[in-house]
Amino acid sequence: MHGTRILDEADRLMTVCNSCRYCEGLCAVFPAMEMRRAFSDGDLNYLANLCHSCGACYVDCQFSPPHEFNVNVPRTLAVARAESYAAYAWPQALSGAFARNGLVISIIAALSMAAFIVGFVALNDRSVLFGVHTGPGAFYRLMPHNAMAALFSAAFLYAILALVMSVRAFWRDIGTPIGGRADGGSIVQAIRDADELRYLHGGGVGCYNEDDKPTDRRKLFHHLTFYGFLLCFAATSVATLYHYLLGREAPYPWWDLPVVLGTLGGIGLVVGPIGLFVAKSRRAPELLDENSTGMDTGFIAMLFLTGATGMLLLVLRETAAMGPLLALHLGAVFALFITMPYGKFVHGIYRFVALVRYAQERRNEAGS
Amino acid sequence: MGSKYDVLVIGGGNAALCAAISARRGGASVLVLEGAPKFYRGGNTRHTRNMRCAHDAATEILTGPYTEEEFWEDLLRVTGGKTDEVLARHMIRESKDILNWIVEQGVRWQPSLGGTLSLGRTNSFFLGGGRAMLNALYLTAEQLGVEVEYDAEVTDLVIEDGMFLAARLKRPIKGETEIRAGALVAAAGGFEANIEWLKQYWGEAADNFLIRGTPYNRGSILKMLLDKGVQEVGDPTQCHAVAIDARAPKFDGGIITRHDSVVFGIVVNKHAQRFYDEGEDIWPKRYAIWGRLVAAQPDQIAYIIFDSTVVTSFMPTLFPPIAGQTVAELAGKLNLDPAALDKTITEFNAAVRPGTFDHTILDDCRTEGITPPKTHWARRIETPPYLAYPVRPGITFTYLGTRVTKEARMLMADGKPSANMFAAGEIMAGNVLGKGYAAGMGMTIGSVFGRIAGREAAKHARN
Repeated sequence: MHGTRILDEADRLMTVCNSCRYCEGLCAVFPAMEMRRAFSDGDLNYLANLCHSCGACYVDCQFSPPHEFNVNVPRTLAVARAESYAAYAWPQALSGAFARNGLVISIIAALSMAAFIVGFVALNDRSVLFGVHTGPGAFYRLMPHNAMAALFSAAFLYAILALVMSVRAFWRDIGTPIGGRADGGSIVQAIRDADELRYLHGGGVGCYNEDDKPTDRRKLFHHLTFYGFLLCFAATSVATLYHYLLGREAPYPWWDLPVVLGTLGGIGLVVGPIGLFVAKSRRAPELLDENSTGMDTGFIAMLFLTGATGMLLLVLRETAAMGPLLALHLGAVFALFITMPYGKFVHGIYRFVALVRYAQERRNEAGS
Repeated sequence: MGSKYDVLVIGGGNAALCAAISARRGGASVLVLEGAPKFYRGGNTRHTRNMRCAHDAATEILTGPYTEEEFWEDLLRVTGGKTDEVLARHMIRESKDILNWIVEQGVRWQPSLGGTLSLGRTNSFFLGGGRAMLNALYLTAEQLGVEVEYDAEVTDLVIEDGMFLAARLKRPIKGETEIRAGALVAAAGGFEANIEWLKQYWGEAADNFLIRGTPYNRGSILKMLLDKGVQEVGDPTQCHAVAIDARAPKFDGGIITRHDSVVFGIVVNKHAQRFYDEGEDIWPKRYAIWGRLVAAQPDQIAYIIFDSTVVTSFMPTLFPPIAGQTVAELAGKLNLDPAALDKTITEFNAAVRPGTFDHTILDDCRTEGITPPKTHWARRIETPPYLAYPVRPGITFTYLGTRVTKEARMLMADGKPSANMFAAGEIMAGNVLGKGYAAGMGMTIGSVFGRIAGREAAKHARN
């Protein structure tokens, strides 16, 4: 018996699947399962996070419902995965944020954006707030650069700390020997697997969405979102270097590296989340954990808001709308940062860690 | 009046879909009638995982060549010569091209699964298993314009002088109708799920049989064809039976209820008596005899008994073993006479000679002085907990079928070939496989003769 009902069900399914093994070529979950004969809580959380929810094993399974064996691996692991986010959250006192995550994220996003608007109104003269600002340092007339840097660095560092602590707990739970370290080769392999979403692929044909015809749609939109996010992050990092190393202040012209990166990333962060949202809402309900809809939508919405406000800010930065848009954009980004450890963002982190563990197990197996 | 097609395919498994696709590619209009609901479509194909095809060189997923001659020798060995050599050699030759053809129909291969290394050279495994293979074939068939009806119960076939005219069909909602077609491909499997039919040969014992596939393999099309003058082939009394877990559902437990632990222990009946040499031969070769052996025991039940030292020697099982700290406790849980089980185990343990255990070869661990002996892999059962799996006969398929020619054309009882009736898959497997079995052969028969039957049926219907 396990700590939760969903882990009991996951254990039951892995016992069924381990005596069948037809799906072992589809993804990493089943080969990882085959390395075990019994499953601890940590094993099941590891398998749950290794699953990319492509749905192929459900469509291919001769024992999926209505069969009496009632094998639904994608949904069971989706529920277990969502519960694992709360189980490993740091500090544990905040794990409740995962319970009604859509609501929590919405409230924090709304409060954050409201706070920036109120702050901008309170600290700036009306003529400054709605004024037209151009040239280097235009943004900092509304909020001093140092204040911005301090606030966002603090939020970002907190998010990193919380994520590191969560990952530590996860790694300890899924690893044998406990406290073992990840080796470089496994990390490189996991980066490759994550980069190309190797296991969101139904074993080669694509993932299953609304019917039994596989497509690569979700993978494409996930790529747009993920690489969009990375490009935006790169844009911010380059801009920071410009600021401190070269003494060049934002805004930069459209052809300059931070803007080019940000524009490309912003397009990804607008198109990707829309595509993911549409794909998700069309997906066959039997593959999904309906309790996670709020969390998933909340995260997709946060990414979309970040991308959309950023793009609007870029287009309208030389008009009177710049001030309010800057407040909205900063509010969105701030909310994204502080909710990172307590929302769907963590799926990427845990899945990556699970991929590292899997690469390590494969290497150990090959070596033994 | 109902509708008219060039080719009517009855059945919904591998053979039926290969026939439908091949007929459609041959330019025919095709209707597939599957008696099962959509989820249970495909009969035994749902539970398959590989296909045995001849090949002259290693492939991406096959570790080495498997020549036509070697395939033929394997077939000769497992059937003990009960095969039609012309047909069998033709099938083996055609199987070479099936490796590629089936991929063109959307099926994907993968290397042999964990725990099946012995098949890595001869058998190509379906990525995702038999249902994945079926899904791919259905998708291709639908894209080509093949029509498919589920829950389609064929109640009668109109056949005159060996010529198929029409099928009568009972639909769940739209009621009865008649479907005419230029040619018929019968690919509706055997009668393994028809307990009443099995009872004709097995008596009341058949009530204790478990059926490994769906409840829809009732053999109704086979029966109609034989009743209407098609020549039969194969021993009607025979079926492929293996020992499966007695706790498995009556139908459709599939592959996961099997047990491959016999060689690691002893097998006793309900009187706690051993009844056959558990170590007779390497396991895959003896896999299929235990269904029949258990069927011959009182109440068709037996128990594989072993101890805690061997639990990791075989694949993990769906149902956990039943455990007892003492032999008496285990006997109690199994409803066996504790004294009798204790006596059987004690006598067995005393008869075990020293040896070097190796389950991959016929080793020298054997018993002396007991009947039946255990001639290999005999080790004492003495380390608690004592463990047991209850097993019953699990029926996979039946051998009775319709006789066909190389073109998959049915032969009538008078020896004349039918004008427009073809058969593929389990319904005609008995032509090639008079008895016995080797992994993946059923799918070879299905794909090869399905493809041929579809092609020939289309050719006939469009002439």
